[in-house]
Amino acid sequence: MKLNRDRITALLMLLPSLILLGIFVYGFIGQTAYTSLTDWGRDPAQALALHPEIRFTGFETYKELFTGLIDVRFRQDLVNTFFFTLFFIAGCLGLGLGLAILLDQNIVGEGIFRTIFLFPMALSFIVTGTVWRWLLQPRGGINVLPTLVGLEPLEFRWLTSRRQILQFNWQDLPFFTGLLIAIILLWFMVTAIRKSKWRRVGVAGFSFLLVTVWTFTGARQVELLPYPEIHGFNLAFMGIILAAVWQMSGYTMALYLAGLRGVSEGLREAARVDGASEWQVYRLVILPLVQPITLSAMIILGHISLKIFDLIFAMAGADNATTDVPALLMYLTTFRANQFAKGAAIAMVLLIMVAAVIIPYLWSSLRSEVKQ
Amino acid sequence: MKRLVVSILSILVCSIVLAQGKLEIFSWWAGDEGPALEALINRYTELYPNVQVDNATVTGGSGVNARAVLKTRMLGGDPPDSFQVHAGQELIGTWVVADRMEDLTFLYQEEGWLDKYPQGLIDLISTDKGIWSVPVNIHRSNVMWYNPAKLTEWGISAPETWAEFLTICPSLQAKGVTPLVMGENWTQQHLWESVALGVLGPDDYKALWTGELAFKDPKVEAVWNRFGEILKCSNDDAAGLSWQQATDRIVSGEAAFNIMGDWAAGYMTTTLGLTPAEGFGWAPSPDTGGVFMMLSDSFGLPIGIKDRDNTINWLKLLGSVEGQDLFNPLKGSIAPHFDSDLSKYNAYLQAAAQDWKTNTVVGSMVHGAAAKEAFMSQFATVLEIYLSTGSAQAASNAAQAIANQVNLGK
Repeated sequence: MKLNRDRITALLMLLPSLILLGIFVYGFIGQTAYTSLTDWGRDPAQALALHPEIRFTGFETYKELFTGLIDVRFRQDLVNTFFFTLFFIAGCLGLGLGLAILLDQNIVGEGIFRTIFLFPMALSFIVTGTVWRWLLQPRGGINVLPTLVGLEPLEFRWLTSRRQILQFNWQDLPFFTGLLIAIILLWFMVTAIRKSKWRRVGVAGFSFLLVTVWTFTGARQVELLPYPEIHGFNLAFMGIILAAVWQMSGYTMALYLAGLRGVSEGLREAARVDGASEWQVYRLVILPLVQPITLSAMIILGHISLKIFDLIFAMAGADNATTDVPALLMYLTTFRANQFAKGAAIAMVLLIMVAAVIIPYLWSSLRSEVKQ
Repeated sequence: MKRLVVSILSILVCSIVLAQGKLEIFSWWAGDEGPALEALINRYTELYPNVQVDNATVTGGSGVNARAVLKTRMLGGDPPDSFQVHAGQELIGTWVVADRMEDLTFLYQEEGWLDKYPQGLIDLISTDKGIWSVPVNIHRSNVMWYNPAKLTEWGISAPETWAEFLTICPSLQAKGVTPLVMGENWTQQHLWESVALGVLGPDDYKALWTGELAFKDPKVEAVWNRFGEILKCSNDDAAGLSWQQATDRIVSGEAAFNIMGDWAAGYMTTTLGLTPAEGFGWAPSPDTGGVFMMLSDSFGLPIGIKDRDNTINWLKLLGSVEGQDLFNPLKGSIAPHFDSDLSKYNAYLQAAAQDWKTNTVVGSMVHGAAAKEAFMSQFATVLEIYLSTGSAQAASNAAQAIANQVNLGK
């Protein structure tokens, strides 16, 4: 790489934004990471002092978050985020794809429908949250809809239910994680067998066996907490998921529609000539072709759901633990309880989760760009 | 042209003169409470016409948003001249321990306030190093509200003890009436502290916040158990209601009783247009007769501000009978000052002022008087643990863990 005039100009042009990014993004990430390793805020007298005494305590705060008695709320929040992400992405992808396929049938007034479906995305989460908060009131909106046709009103507590389903013991987490990894490895093995890549079959099969054995022996021995702790899916999240899917499914539809339009008419015709039914055309020809879109949509929706804050703040308030997520807890811990180190640690956990979604995606898309 | 130059010059000169005096007041009194603050500021500008007052409000009841903004400003080295804060530990446990406030004992001595305020209140806003803020109003936390006409219709009277409440609870439920209506999380904590005061009595209640009574003590577990019994008589959609919506259910007769601070009286008289004692009735929360659980908004003197003299004048106005009698009838609270002119207040507030002078005074935890912020804001989690497990022991253990972690009472 030679330094010619062009490169120098380019470097000078980029320098201001590199410096600003370096300080205001990466510098502050670094500062948050450092804060999370200290005890800032543990002693209320030091929390807001002019020159607080801050000690370096290593991973103590993280350990507390994952094992502490009062931090049960943080662990439930992680569980909440997991289920919210799962149902939110599934809802958006399902509804988005369904709408896109319907619009793909060359119906009359497609433009109008497209705009209507896409419109919720133009709203901010605060507006969506406020509107849906009203719609989901215990004695109004959705719950009184059945009375229009003479039925009894619904009794469901969309945002305030205290019921929890899909309960599990936090102690069993290693077991379930092991099970999940084993299933993924098994799937790798099966696809490798189909493609007759025998070396890959061997590696996947061996790892599968290893993980399975560990899951049913070792994982049962791991003690995450000294006592059983029950977590599960809070039904109060149903309302939040409903509103979030309403907002983002139109966007997913737009992504899919672009993908569907990219599939050439020739391919469809060819499949039909080969005797494929319309269902088979979609299942065997079109859906495999729009798979990259599914991945992009999952990444985009995934990082939205991991960071979600404003929607829940507007719908249920910050204080309802049944609809709590780590981002809200971070706000409460930092600005109400003055526990800056703990807030920073929650922020870092969030960052790691979002990075786990984003970085592989960026990496693979950068790599494919270089190839091109 | 010449006249234009002259007038521009004179405007410049005027603004320089004005700019010599500034006062920034940071509070969360917007909306319904705005006019009360306006009245104070108007009086202040009458007294000190050269001072330019900057009314910096951040909306959000109980200062939920304002406190976050204030912390950011303080950490950034830009303290407002005077900021609103709940009197007691919310100020002491956060700002006084951080060495950011000036001792106001001199002001109390100069103005002769030391014997004009109840000792219980002075104790709450002091440490052994000084007195830290000037309270401008007093609200009562432990009040039970009801609709007198409805009680007559149902043939019951306001219970004086929780035991009595629990005996009338089934008959109300049989009529399809919610015996006790609650709102979102903080109103449930609010109920909890009134129950705690009732079960423990004022001495043990105070001991809880000084750390002399442990949360693991069987007495405190008894509070949780009593709380659990009361919850069985309450509405199941609480988390979705604001405190106003809960009050509405009392007025409409869907629910019989509600424990809420006496800002509910302000809401019912001003917003709903009801007459005290006719449209709504009140009693001390069960088992707490003769005890006044208070909370108060106050202003202090931060260290390192630009306009210290103007701020001291502001504090003098806040602490005076005149200032308090201007502010409180509009805000719907009573004046902490003993010399307050009761004829300016409505029937409810007059009754509250009588109790204020005669009752034992204790501080509210939920509203910042009794426990430091680090404890108070995590108490929501304790309540949540109790609601999801139903175990008094688990809740007590969690409360104790937080108390140890934040050095409660030290």
